[in-house]
Amino acid sequence: MTSLFAQWNYFLVIILMMLGFYAVIARGNMVKKMVGLNIFQTSVFMLYISMGKVSNGTAPILTGDSSTVYSNPLPHVLILTAIVVGVATTAVGYALIIRIQESFGTIEDDEIIELMDDADAASEGPAS
Amino acid sequence: MGFIIDATLIAFLALIAIAALRRKQLFGMVMLSGAFSLVAATLFVVLDAVDVAFTEAAVGAGISTVLALATLSLVPAEEKPHSIAIVPAVLALATGLLLSVAVSDLPEFGAADAPIHNHVAPEFIIGSEEKIGVPNVVTSVLASYRGYDTLGETVVVFTAAIAVLLIIGGWTRRETEITESTEDDHAG
Repeated sequence: MTSLFAQWNYFLVIILMMLGFYAVIARGNMVKKMVGLNIFQTSVFMLYISMGKVSNGTAPILTGDSSTVYSNPLPHVLILTAIVVGVATTAVGYALIIRIQESFGTIEDDEIIELMDDADAASEGPAS
Repeated sequence: MGFIIDATLIAFLALIAIAALRRKQLFGMVMLSGAFSLVAATLFVVLDAVDVAFTEAAVGAGISTVLALATLSLVPAEEKPHSIAIVPAVLALATGLLLSVAVSDLPEFGAADAPIHNHVAPEFIIGSEEKIGVPNVVTSVLASYRGYDTLGETVVVFTAAIAVLLIIGGWTRRETEITESTEDDHAG
């Protein structure tokens, strides 16, 4: 492998990461933000798993043969934890979206800001 | 060979991500997001992370999609039309460039002599057989060497469950419906 392409996997993963990042900061719809966050998060997992890969290695399940090369198990363990924590935070995010929908009747963030400004202007101060 | 498989899968992932982000119907977008997780699981298998692959397939493609669909049943089905935002696009490009510069300091992809492979990892692989007696190294590290991490993880999941119940659970919601005006008094 030439040195120019020595880190190709990392660069490719960064492209994916930035697609998710763009969705998180540019899109006003909150469900879309969550999906963008999901893409961003999965790309970070890929970056970590790429670091654990050893060329010509195999999955870290012992074969009993001492000449076998294993990929690094530590990133796998960390990312297993991160996936489960990620879905827990995703659940909280969706719960917040449902509550925002109930309170404001919309999940587009510019419309929510307008509603809040209107409420402020109407009562000349914080609502209730 | 590895390059071709990886690059194909990542190109596929990029296409799915772009398709998902361009969709106006949120249902289609959520389905594409599930497909993204499934292809990501395939990539994890190629990168030797089989445990991560089936967790991603079950949790990322399964549970996340179910949560998103449950949310979609309560919110508008379509996104408001929008144009491409210039400032976030520039910001994302700049961040990507910065990350690329940072990543070019990392050891070569797949290099066996990288520092990450020569610190605690060999100990885990040897110890897994001699001390723990579990052939799957990921299992023995998860449950034994880094057992406190896993305990912390369950605490996080428990906290998240409590948070979800408090945000959309029956108690708080019923109260706001009956006594709309005195909501703040009760919350305080």
